[in-house]
Amino acid sequence: MTDNKIRVLVAKPGLDGHDRGAKVVARALRDAGMEVIYTGLRQTPEMIAEAALQEDVDVVGLSILSGAHMALTPRVMELLKANGQTHVKVFIGGIIPDEDLQSLKEMGVAGVFGPGASTEDIIRDVQTAVAG
Amino acid sequence: MIYSQAVLNGDRLALARLLTQVENNTPAGRTALIELFPHTGRAHLIGVTGAPGTGKSSLVNQLALYYRKVENKRVAIVAVDPSSPFTGGAVLGDRVRMRDLSGDPNVFIRSMATRGSLGGLAQATANMAQVFDAAGFEIIIIETVGAGQSEVDVARLAHTTLVVEAPGLGDDIQAIKAGILEIADILVINKADRPGVENTEKALKSMLDLAHPTERVFQHHGSAMRTVAPAQDSSATLMWIPPIQKTVSIESKGIVELAESIGRHVNHLRQGGDWAVRERTRIEVELEALIREALLNRFREEVPQEKYDDVIEKVIQRNISPWEAVKRLLKGR
Repeated sequence: MTDNKIRVLVAKPGLDGHDRGAKVVARALRDAGMEVIYTGLRQTPEMIAEAALQEDVDVVGLSILSGAHMALTPRVMELLKANGQTHVKVFIGGIIPDEDLQSLKEMGVAGVFGPGASTEDIIRDVQTAVAG
Repeated sequence: MIYSQAVLNGDRLALARLLTQVENNTPAGRTALIELFPHTGRAHLIGVTGAPGTGKSSLVNQLALYYRKVENKRVAIVAVDPSSPFTGGAVLGDRVRMRDLSGDPNVFIRSMATRGSLGGLAQATANMAQVFDAAGFEIIIIETVGAGQSEVDVARLAHTTLVVEAPGLGDDIQAIKAGILEIADILVINKADRPGVENTEKALKSMLDLAHPTERVFQHHGSAMRTVAPAQDSSATLMWIPPIQKTVSIESKGIVELAESIGRHVNHLRQGGDWAVRERTRIEVELEALIREALLNRFREEVPQEKYDDVIEKVIQRNISPWEAVKRLLKGR
């Protein structure tokens, strides 16, 4: 039993209650053979970082539709770093305006997926990020 | 040494990393298990199993809250969910029901996929429980979907096993069919505010009566029929009869009573000597599994792959039977 699975935390920070996208992505990653820990709605950055720590994940996927990504993302990144999880790749999905992409990248976000992103691309990018 | 010392010092990241190593059965994980073993044997392992949809995760959430708030014990949770047999992936969603526990450094929740390994799940779970035990968690709750042999094996690791039922999931025949009832130390009827709870309770009670014979009188075709219980020796008087606890976990109802019931079971185990018996059984089973693994590995090292393939081919061609094949391989011919 020595198979190393990619472990992904899929979380919805903030107050919007639409988790359809997060669930579709969780399912696609599962079908790609990954172990996806789904935490449900309305998570604080603290709850997300704690779950990422306890579950020793390789990847954190944040689904944000509320427009609060510029506030929530840096907080999650900070907490992951404070916990010593600097190797964890962070992806964002949701409604993210183009003008924010650059600053998110500078924060260290590994990828951003907007409406219409294909699950194949998401799977590929996650696998590449973890391998690299 | 990198992991074990850090885990003993209370480093949560090291604990999380070590759990991964142990789950993946890596050399580093095995080394740490050896180093941590002297620090184990203190925790109370509680297994929680039952059909999907009975509310196990919510119940575990409530129990963990009780142990934190009332008994001030450190609580670890291993939540096991199935892997897809086709892709090997899994969605592990038990944390959704355990958000009340977030932010408490004395609670550690770890989700785990079954990974479809033959018997490996029980071993991996046992090893992860040992890591938590060594890390000083006093209560370790192992939650599994009660749907197969591997889950039963996992439940058998526990000192106290709860089997969770809910009203409306099936008639009393289901209760008879379900082999998992026999592993229950405590039966929990969760969602007990739902209609049909009396029927569920009645079905479980009658199952328990069948499983634990005492002298009883039945009305059978109008005449009284007496069954005679086996002679009671001193150990039988100490026999534990699984109680039925009713809970509504989303309203925190019945949780205190359930925890008290668990406490009574622990006292029963300790006073009646069953704790030592279970510990011994557990260690026996574990040793046996390790021996099997070691022997198999040694065997695979000794027999060249070509030889192995050759024998398999002969079996496929029906030249020899599988039993003869095993004999040949063991003789190294």
